[in-house]
Amino acid sequence: MMTVRLKVNGVAHEGRCEPRKLLVDFIREDLGLTGTHVGCEHGICGACTIMVNGESARSCIMLAVQADGAELMTVEGLMQDGKLHPLQEAFREHHGLQCGFCTPGMLMTALDFLRTNPSPSDGEIREGISAVLCRCTGYQGIVNAVRAAAATLRGGR
Amino acid sequence: MSETRWIGKAVKRVEDARLLTGRGTYIDDHPPLANIWHAAIVRSPHAHARILGYDTAAALMMEGVGGVITGADVARHTKPFSVGVTAPVHYYCAATDRVRFVGEPVAVVVARNRYLAEDAAEVVQVRYDPLPVVLDPERALESDAPVLHEAVGSNLAGHRRLVYGDPDRAFREADVVLDERFSFPKYGSTPIETYGVIAKWDPLDGLCTVWSNFMGPFIMHPLTARVLGLPENKLRFIVPPDIGGSFGIKSSIYPYIALIALAAMRTGVPVKWIEDRREHLLASSSGTDRVAYREVAAKKDGTILGMRFRWLDNVGGYIRSPEPGCSFRPTGNFVGPYRFQHLEVDASVVMTNKSLTGPNRGYACGHLYFETEGIMDRLADRLGLDPVEIRRRNLVQPDQFPYRTPTGGLYDSGDYPAALDRALELARYDELRREQAKARAAGRYFGIGLALAVDPSVSNMGYVATALDPQFRAKPEYLPKSGAVDSATIKIDPLGRVIAILSTTPQGQGHQTVVSQIVADELGLVPQEVTVVDEMDTFTRVWSISSGTYSSRFGSVGTSAVALAARKLKAKLVEYAAHLMDLPAESLEFRDGAVRPRGGKGPAYSVKDLAGRAHWNTESLPEGMEPALQATAVFGFTVAKAVDAQDRVNSSNTYGFIAEVMAVEVDPDTAAIKILRYVTVHDAGTIINPMIAEGQIYGGALHGLGGALYEELQYDDDGQLLTGTFMDYLVPTASEAPTIDIAHIVSPSPLTPLGSKGLGESSSMTAPAVIANAVSDALAPLGIKINDLPMTPTKLWTIIERARSRERSSDATSRAANIERAETGDRSRVASGAAHESGDRSRLAPISGHPRNKPA
Repeated sequence: MMTVRLKVNGVAHEGRCEPRKLLVDFIREDLGLTGTHVGCEHGICGACTIMVNGESARSCIMLAVQADGAELMTVEGLMQDGKLHPLQEAFREHHGLQCGFCTPGMLMTALDFLRTNPSPSDGEIREGISAVLCRCTGYQGIVNAVRAAAATLRGGR
Repeated sequence: MSETRWIGKAVKRVEDARLLTGRGTYIDDHPPLANIWHAAIVRSPHAHARILGYDTAAALMMEGVGGVITGADVARHTKPFSVGVTAPVHYYCAATDRVRFVGEPVAVVVARNRYLAEDAAEVVQVRYDPLPVVLDPERALESDAPVLHEAVGSNLAGHRRLVYGDPDRAFREADVVLDERFSFPKYGSTPIETYGVIAKWDPLDGLCTVWSNFMGPFIMHPLTARVLGLPENKLRFIVPPDIGGSFGIKSSIYPYIALIALAAMRTGVPVKWIEDRREHLLASSSGTDRVAYREVAAKKDGTILGMRFRWLDNVGGYIRSPEPGCSFRPTGNFVGPYRFQHLEVDASVVMTNKSLTGPNRGYACGHLYFETEGIMDRLADRLGLDPVEIRRRNLVQPDQFPYRTPTGGLYDSGDYPAALDRALELARYDELRREQAKARAAGRYFGIGLALAVDPSVSNMGYVATALDPQFRAKPEYLPKSGAVDSATIKIDPLGRVIAILSTTPQGQGHQTVVSQIVADELGLVPQEVTVVDEMDTFTRVWSISSGTYSSRFGSVGTSAVALAARKLKAKLVEYAAHLMDLPAESLEFRDGAVRPRGGKGPAYSVKDLAGRAHWNTESLPEGMEPALQATAVFGFTVAKAVDAQDRVNSSNTYGFIAEVMAVEVDPDTAAIKILRYVTVHDAGTIINPMIAEGQIYGGALHGLGGALYEELQYDDDGQLLTGTFMDYLVPTASEAPTIDIAHIVSPSPLTPLGSKGLGESSSMTAPAVIANAVSDALAPLGIKINDLPMTPTKLWTIIERARSRERSSDATSRAANIERAETGDRSRVASGAAHESGDRSRLAPISGHPRNKPA
């Protein structure tokens, strides 16, 4: 068993786990943050995407021990001061989700994408979120949401 | 009259706040019990083998292992699942004596956590004696093919020849007869959340409780109870508040419910199993791969006289309920939107060493319309008619509704020509044709495709009996089946706020939002005043055999139950107010959230006022009125009747319509297909929430396009799955997804209180047809017709390359001969042959080379 110390959404956590434990399992089972979902466990579907030290990463192909000392952000950390993040608002406004299972990964991916490309074209948005598979929406609502959120975020919110 | 302030509005979803903030409760987040143990399933590495024995000793010795159950326990303690065919197929929740597909469950290990369970599963030893494998449904029916089920004696799980009208005469009298061979791939719409089951056994009460992301209960609850040897009121199914997509696939979770319940019963601890993605692709569910032979008989003017369908549907290692729905689910709409009266359907349901099948979005309609719309284009081509014109000449006309199809369907409402016109107008069809002429002149491959479909919603469970011979159904001991039922309960609390309780299992369709809109309109509230509960529990909800969220039911039958419950409650409020006002109830009406004198002025009683009085002072109720303000309505369609002696059945209850136009350009050097325009026009009656409806259409379209272009569960010759990860099983990403122009026309259903129909499956059933037709049209100058899906880049490139090299090397005479071959329907074989030569994995299982059996 190994000790893992990390910060998630600004809160410090310490846990003990086997070296083989996946980061996503550690987040869900040991920290009780079930907003991050497991869709494929082989790094393709993107549902488990979180931010690790400010960059998006797939928590199903990282070990918990690899995140020792890291700062993580999960979907639970997106809302600030009781207010939805502009991305969350835009997903609701533009029907960017149906079943909601890929949504946490989609949000974290879009967050990272807009950080690096604040004024994307639709084609760039599509490429940016192509790292996450969604089977409900046909993606159009998500593209519309990310475009709208980009405008809001550029507006200085 | 109820006001419709909310119905028809794009109300934002109630569900979104929790789902956007990571506070959803999916099965893997669901903590119903303390002390849960975890299961890992041992699966067959062979596609076909006899099981010689198990050795579980090493696994049982491992730390944290609570028990192992094997096929021997399954055989001893459970029964096989029943299924709607007479062939003696014994399908248990895990293999007992023989495995019949790779990934079939053979044992379950229960341990303290999933990691330990998987460790132990690795050391469970199962000894196998491998047997010959058969994967192709045509090969499987040859007399020397390996037989999967000895008791059946062949690989035919069921066969029916259905005859409607006089097809032989239609074909005799036809000016033109065309035949084509089509093949449709095995794909599943792979929800991002996999299956999950938690089971608990109370031995003293004899009670089994199962939490799962099931979309039933429907017929699977009684089936599972029987398998476990439990009375139905001792098997409790509970569904968590959120399900991560299903698209029909989660209807096939029920064998795992039985298996995990058995594990809980045998080990004495509550057991949880979450399927992983590899398990899902190996062994959850998919649609069937089908080989179809189609014939059409027509007059010179394009009037279709009749059709013949000959199908081989591959259901994999065992036929599993609700199969053979793959063949019979669309019985009532076999003829689609066309008027022809003579039809022969020869349906063979074949078992091979592939994984099992079941409902997948558009259940069997993607197959049906791919073939029908394909042959419509070939017929247009033969007769020198525009594809629009040939369809227009055969459409059911607006004055024919309600329209009884020759196969027993009752199309409730529609205006098919108007929907087609709207689609053509939106697509600017004539302009597209001019653009195409220019593109062709410039040597570019530009194509336009059309697809029309009747979109059936709310299956009548009686359709499955079409699989049985009428003689069998005529026996006195045979019990006919029919129905499509859903329920809702609405309660008003003392402050006039409302709780609506459903018996549905939404998987992303926004039932809470839609129901809040309906109830708000009916009771004069705002949607925020309505709380909707949709966590199915078979012990506490009012439900019946057909209940569940499948077959695009909610928009039609589910919303009807809600509207009726609200109306019952409204009638009670009027009666109560009449008593308080000492006026006859007929002189009052419910309007703007209050009971008022009809048409005129006078005192009014608001819902809140009435609710407070009714709850706090039962003395104020009229004599004989039941206290409390709640109403339950169970809505059932009276048009859902059992199949008749002529095999006619109204297999659905409401029927919408879809008209699609797509323009594509194919790059002949890369075989890349660029979708330039995609228009879809739907008629689903009254649209309750256009935002949600549009989302369903977008999602459905991309499922159909995924199946047409990328997705296929491919096997090698030994029956090993080649597409066991999302690296190999290609799901469309945002980069592949087109933008779609969506429009609605509204022909309200006369059968539902709100006039609504279902539309959840929607464009999943037309997208394969429309894109295949568009690509065929684009590649027509090369003599290529797409009869074979998916058109993966490799496959398409090979076909194009072959056609081009033929064009380059041959003289005019041989070109003409090739075009002739294409027209006689031989192209698909040429195409598959070409793809096979190139080593494309998708065609390793040969579909050609067998004698072509034409329908009799």
